[in-house]
Amino acid sequence: MSAGALRRRAFPPNWGARATALGLVAYAIYALGQLDITWARLVIGLGEAGRFLARMWPPNFSRAELLIEGLLESLQIAVIASALGILLALPLGLMAARNLSPWPLVVATRGFVAFCRSLHYVIVAILFVKAIGFGALAGVAALTIASMGFIAKLFAEAIEEISMKQVEAIRATGAGFGAVLIYGVLPQVASRFIGFSLYQLDSNLRNSTLVGIVGAGGIGGTLFAAFKRFDYDFVAAILLSIIALIFIAELISGWIRALLR
Amino acid sequence: MNALMREWQRFTPLERFTRWAVYFSLVLALVWAVRDVEIIPEFLIDAPEQMLDLLARMWPPDLGHYHPAVHHALVETLHIASLGTLFSFIFAVPLALLAARNICPYRGLNAFAQLLLVTSRSVNSLVWALIFVAIFGPGAAAGTFAIAFRSIGFVGKLLAEALEEISPGPLEALNATGAPASHVLLKGAWPQIAPAFWGVALFRWDINIRESAVLGLVGAGGIGVVLDDAINFFQWDRVATILLAILIVVILAEVIVTRLRAKLI
Repeated sequence: MSAGALRRRAFPPNWGARATALGLVAYAIYALGQLDITWARLVIGLGEAGRFLARMWPPNFSRAELLIEGLLESLQIAVIASALGILLALPLGLMAARNLSPWPLVVATRGFVAFCRSLHYVIVAILFVKAIGFGALAGVAALTIASMGFIAKLFAEAIEEISMKQVEAIRATGAGFGAVLIYGVLPQVASRFIGFSLYQLDSNLRNSTLVGIVGAGGIGGTLFAAFKRFDYDFVAAILLSIIALIFIAELISGWIRALLR
Repeated sequence: MNALMREWQRFTPLERFTRWAVYFSLVLALVWAVRDVEIIPEFLIDAPEQMLDLLARMWPPDLGHYHPAVHHALVETLHIASLGTLFSFIFAVPLALLAARNICPYRGLNAFAQLLLVTSRSVNSLVWALIFVAIFGPGAAAGTFAIAFRSIGFVGKLLAEALEEISPGPLEALNATGAPASHVLLKGAWPQIAPAFWGVALFRWDINIRESAVLGLVGAGGIGVVLDDAINFFQWDRVATILLAILIVVILAEVIVTRLRAKLI
């Protein structure tokens, strides 16, 4: 054994990691320059943040009627969009599963599902607002597209992981495609499908409080209007109510998940 | 005889009743929502026609508009997403260390860090953008901070979970040699969470690329500003170009992230 090997350090310097870190720092400095973010601006911003927070306190709940109306509409948008999205995702998920469908159908469905997920729901909401007018309908349509893409992808992945033995057993009895689905495939994925659906209901509720910013119904419109009027105490009230609503919804969905397990 | 004929049932009657009650209340919620939501029937009826009309106006996309306006906005969006992700780690890593119960032994600090992480997560990035536009004024700075503050909760939560799952052996061995806390973290904890760390960073970067595309709608910089202008001027062929650009970047980012993840993990 050579002397060099004996003197090998226990923790040699990791030059690759150091170079990566240096590269990231260099990029950060370059990007800061590009985006025109300077120290002076941050200092001014800190002062403004103090004023902003001071004007938010105390939250103003005097327009509770408007607030509750908006929250309820958000809730309705979330519930309808989730139901429609789940309904549409069922066939799409089956069509996108490689072990059940012929490959041309799989490729076409996966492309469509990926397209649905690629565009942010707020962008989709703008397009629907322009096409079918202001209001809850546009929000429902936008969130339906997003939920459909999300659930269909996860559902297809869950189906691809099932055991094919049960499917073969049902097929061996001479069952048709429908019977194979109902007795061989769905029992294996039903619990995960319910899990995805509940998760999507939660995330639709979060998102439905936002689509109003572009005029697609719900509390978001009220929030955006309050921001524009510099009604920061009402903004604080709306934000607190949204957080409370989401928190309660998460408690309920966690409770349902435990019940259905 | 009767005992042998007993039919096997998976759930007790009480379980079946609660399941039925849960399904029933979900259906009830749906019925309430459909009956009560304010949808104007005329809008619903001519929706397909209007959608087709919009698509017809978008076709063909005005690709000549891409350079330079859309291109610069797109690069700005990429900077906002990447810089926002980098910034979030400055806050998320210390908070994750404080939130992990095996690293930080003080329960009070754990709970405090968790509270900050939850707050960051429960405010959407568009709302963060509204807040930072009020603070910094319109522009990319607001967008970068919005992305960073929304990401702190996500990254911090996942890092804290990864930290709580590490094996205590290496940490104890390093402690036994008398190594200072920084060395214990760097040589004991870091090698164990490095794959999770890079996975989380890439995953969040991918999400941030998508989210930063819409921040411009509230004035926080990036391609959303150009999109908002084009929509307000009803220049649908330009809107189509911008949407195509966003779509291509989002898909490219997803491909890059998938490749890098496969390589790193």
